[in-house]
Amino acid sequence: MKDDVLKLGTVTFTNRLFTGTGKFAANSLIPKMLAASNSQMITVALRRIDTTAQSENILDSIPKNVTLLPNTSGARTAEQAVRIARIAREAGCGDFIKIEVITDMKYLMPDNWETLKATEILAKEGFIVLPYILPDLPLAKRLESAGAVAVMPLGAPIGTNRGLETRPLLELLIENCTIPVVVDAGIGRPSQAAAAMEMGADAVLVNTAIATARDPIAMGRAFDQAVRAGRTAYLAELAEESNLARASSPLTGFLD
Amino acid sequence: MGFFVNGVEETGLPCTVAELVKRKGLTPEALVVELNQQIIKQQQWPVIELRTGDRLELLSFVGGG
Repeated sequence: MKDDVLKLGTVTFTNRLFTGTGKFAANSLIPKMLAASNSQMITVALRRIDTTAQSENILDSIPKNVTLLPNTSGARTAEQAVRIARIAREAGCGDFIKIEVITDMKYLMPDNWETLKATEILAKEGFIVLPYILPDLPLAKRLESAGAVAVMPLGAPIGTNRGLETRPLLELLIENCTIPVVVDAGIGRPSQAAAAMEMGADAVLVNTAIATARDPIAMGRAFDQAVRAGRTAYLAELAEESNLARASSPLTGFLD
Repeated sequence: MGFFVNGVEETGLPCTVAELVKRKGLTPEALVVELNQQIIKQQQWPVIELRTGDRLELLSFVGGG
């Protein structure tokens, strides 16, 4: 399995668990979680500061060997997402960008249409674009043509920990996309991450389930193990399911 | 009319970006500064005077998924 790597743009990943920096009780937990989970890519967000308070720089908590994936959260239109992406790159975050355009504040569903528009613009500007989407196959194919390096369909709404509710649609994407599929959002348990990887997802992105666990460091380790197990199982090719029992011991009588 | 910082009008004395950051007691290393939708690098902060109608955004990277 030494050569089982994931290439996104200019970077080769040997670990298929992507993580996020949101919701940690303290920034000091982030480097420890990264060490425990072996995650090689992590998301960050960009916000207006509160000018009345001292702000910590989250980038100080991320080791230099971990690839930054700034997101465009807060954007409600393609134009806003493009602006955030340009700022993130100018500010030294590299070329990766997770496009996240959300207009629905109740379920935080990504706006697929604005996301496609932003992808078209940013891919042309040389960004390594990973759009966060509802799992929709025709859209995923359009994103592929627009130059996205991967698609990031949701398993369940952000932060819900409900797992792979969109499973049949995720399977269509995995089956038919030529770019990697990274299941993002909603994964609440390591077993759900393993299930996504067994299905053939190329990676998963997990934030809330790790950051809000009682022990985020141990949970990071658990997700790493689950993602590796699921990936290994996928490569090993799962045995067939059957409705009827199939004996795993010989059925010849023992005493006759 | 003064200039705008994160959407709020500032009515203080004219100043440079560097002076404004200092006046507000902000940590320069944690800041990303955008003036009229252009990123301003830290080396330029002392030479850029804020003018009437300017729109300054003081941003920083925060936790997010």
